[in-house]
Amino acid sequence: MSVEPRPAVLADLRTEPLSVDEVVSAVAHPGAGGTSVFIGTVRDEADGRAVTLLEYEAYPTMARAEMRKIAEEIAGELPDVRLAVTHRVGSLRVGDLAIVCAASAPHRGEAFRACRLLIDRIKERVPIWKREHGPDGPYWVGWQDARCSSHEGHHHEHDAEAHVHGK
Amino acid sequence: MASEVRLLAFAGARDVVGAGEVSIALSAPEPARAFLDRLVEAFPGLARHRGSLRLAVNGTYAHWDEEVSPGDEVALIPPVAGG
Repeated sequence: MSVEPRPAVLADLRTEPLSVDEVVSAVAHPGAGGTSVFIGTVRDEADGRAVTLLEYEAYPTMARAEMRKIAEEIAGELPDVRLAVTHRVGSLRVGDLAIVCAASAPHRGEAFRACRLLIDRIKERVPIWKREHGPDGPYWVGWQDARCSSHEGHHHEHDAEAHVHGK
Repeated sequence: MASEVRLLAFAGARDVVGAGEVSIALSAPEPARAFLDRLVEAFPGLARHRGSLRLAVNGTYAHWDEEVSPGDEVALIPPVAGG
């Protein structure tokens, strides 16, 4: 087991606009030679559908715990990285920050890798959902897609079937 | 002794269940897979999404052979879409 004392210095949900500075500051320490940041923002379209508003919803206690667990896993895999993440919930408009991830490490390679792992695993596992609002009406991302069977030639992601993470 | 499960339903699953939280009668522990069968029976609209649903028991993803017990908090987790 890694003895890294503070692998996840910050893993939280926010209802207010996110601060990049807060997340970057959370991973700063004298041994950090590189910090990688990922910022996820609301886009004006998704799969050809116009999007004006995204409504994010979370299972708050589990989402926080799962983000923390993911950060701890990554810190165990990549020694000396420090990770932080904030995810916004509520109604977001185009250009708003939905997530800010940061990872610091002694060198850039681990920082980039840790940050990439952090956002990838969050997207795969953390119980957060979004409903798109646009001219076509509200749409829970991933939900309607799920009724398509995988052999129909669609290329939807069926993460839920491929990744069942237990205790 | 508890005789029900507190079911939380999120996002599209909440739309089908009709509420974010409901009580489900359960007298004895049963595997998560059987509990999902029970939910699909109670809320037939879940049937077509069954393959994409996961269950979390007391805040942790459950394997399908893991038991759900009276008194547990169980969450219906549709495909997640954070980030």
